[in-house]
Amino acid sequence: MKVHVDSEKCQGHNRCYALAPGLFKVDEFGYATERNDGVVPENMRDKARLAVENCPERAISIVEDDASA
Amino acid sequence: MAEPVKDWTTDYDIFDPAYKRDPFPIWDEIREECPIAHTERWGGSFMPTRYEDLFNIARNIQTYSSRNVLVADFEPSAYGEDPEGVPAEVQTASQTAGGAPPITADPPVHTWARKLLLPPFSATQVARYEPETRELCAELIAGFIANGRADGAADYAQQIPPRVIASMLGIPKDKAETFTGWVRGFLELGLTDPEMRQSSAISIFSYMNEVIQERKQNLREGDLPSYLLTSQVDGEPVPEAHVLGTCFLLMVAGIDTTWSSIGSAIWHLAQHPADRARLIAEPELIDSAVEELLRAYSPVTMARYVAEETEYAGCPMHEGDKVLMNFPAANRDPRVFENPDQVIIDREKNPHIAFGVGIHRCAGSNLARMEMKVAIQEWLKHIPEFRLEAPDEVTWAGGQVRGPRKMALVWGS
Ligand code: HEM
Ligand code: SF4
Repeated sequence: MKVHVDSEKCQGHNRCYALAPGLFKVDEFGYATERNDGVVPENMRDKARLAVENCPERAISIVEDDASA
Repeated sequence: MAEPVKDWTTDYDIFDPAYKRDPFPIWDEIREECPIAHTERWGGSFMPTRYEDLFNIARNIQTYSSRNVLVADFEPSAYGEDPEGVPAEVQTASQTAGGAPPITADPPVHTWARKLLLPPFSATQVARYEPETRELCAELIAGFIANGRADGAADYAQQIPPRVIASMLGIPKDKAETFTGWVRGFLELGLTDPEMRQSSAISIFSYMNEVIQERKQNLREGDLPSYLLTSQVDGEPVPEAHVLGTCFLLMVAGIDTTWSSIGSAIWHLAQHPADRARLIAEPELIDSAVEELLRAYSPVTMARYVAEETEYAGCPMHEGDKVLMNFPAANRDPRVFENPDQVIIDREKNPHIAFGVGIHRCAGSNLARMEMKVAIQEWLKHIPEFRLEAPDEVTWAGGQVRGPRKMALVWGS
């Protein structure tokens, strides 16, 4: 599984970073990007889904990885 | 006195006493019957109440301009038509800078005005003010805990944001009381009283102007006016009128809003012993509790100015019409939130838009969250058991910023 932040949509609500600092980082303006090319470790999948569900800008997407699903 | 409202979908009044006290059933009615309500009152406006509509309208900045974000304000300038006695710099600030950027600006001005403001309000920067906020909350509580009673709005919630923003602006905290008066005069009482609104705006602009003139002589490390005065945009210093407009906005946007949220949070906890107990037993829930309280008791409703002929969901809108951005109603939309009227402090799915959505997302949201978190933690630490003395006697401010204004709390014996 991978996460991706669409930087056109992100408005820096900081919700993803607060919920999953292991998956996202924010710059000095508060805009988020994914860490580690967006790769989501097995034990952080729930966190990734939580980030998607809480982003008010709908800026985060998840790509499921078929091989390991 | 205004006529009582008979039909909320065609004649709403955000200053109606029933709306101020308990807007939730009114929003439910509008949301299900006619989701974009309309009124002729206060100059006329439309009011979307469904989450999806708020989301769409907030993101369409072409059609829905932010040049005027207050619904009952008929003048783009804060001064009305007679700026006599207002210092020239102050007049320029309100006119050329478009009032209070970035909230009253559209791109392109909005883009750089906002970019300028975001770094000092990032979560990391704001965390520097957490220890002093904690100290302030503890001090306030120490001042009344032995009495076994206090007004949770006036003696606590209202005291916190003005002092924190004063600290960020580098101005004496003993001015806080004065600011509170001005900000209420502008944003609360002044919304329906143009004269009070104007004189309050002039007081804030004039005071901030003095601060800025003084800082130009003696820059200081780390305060916001100095930061803005020494910042550059495209290689040029930020125009002074812009600095003034932004400082004005910080004072106005940071005080009433946050104190309303803190007040509503305390009001909720006073009536929900189970939530108090849980927050004490599971302190790690504080972050999701803050988001949930922001959702359920969102204080802020901003307006938009329709900049071109349009039609939204069958409602024809004309240039100059106002749209009241009812973020609070969107946050209770059952299409998005399960059991929206229930406060669930560990709610998992909570994409609330209490801080707006789109390019105007509250620049102070990290600060507001920090203040709420600390205010709740300190209260529960010192006063874990408390209740409303007389639930029916709590008074609420409504209109564009909603929160309790008189709220007697009792504890102990
Ligand atoms: C719980 C407290 C607060 C709430 C609910 C709140 C809510 C909002 C909302 C809904 C907006 C968007 C307005 C729009 O779309 O037109 C906004 C914008 C803004 N707020 Fe807040 N606010 C709060 C606290 C603060 C604080 C503490 C500050 C700073 C001191 C602040 C500064 C701003 C600024 C500068 C903007 C304009 C951003 C822009 O236009 O780009 N707010 N706020
Ligand atoms: S929650 Fe969404 S808008 Fe907020 S920082 Fe993360 S990606 Fe950006």
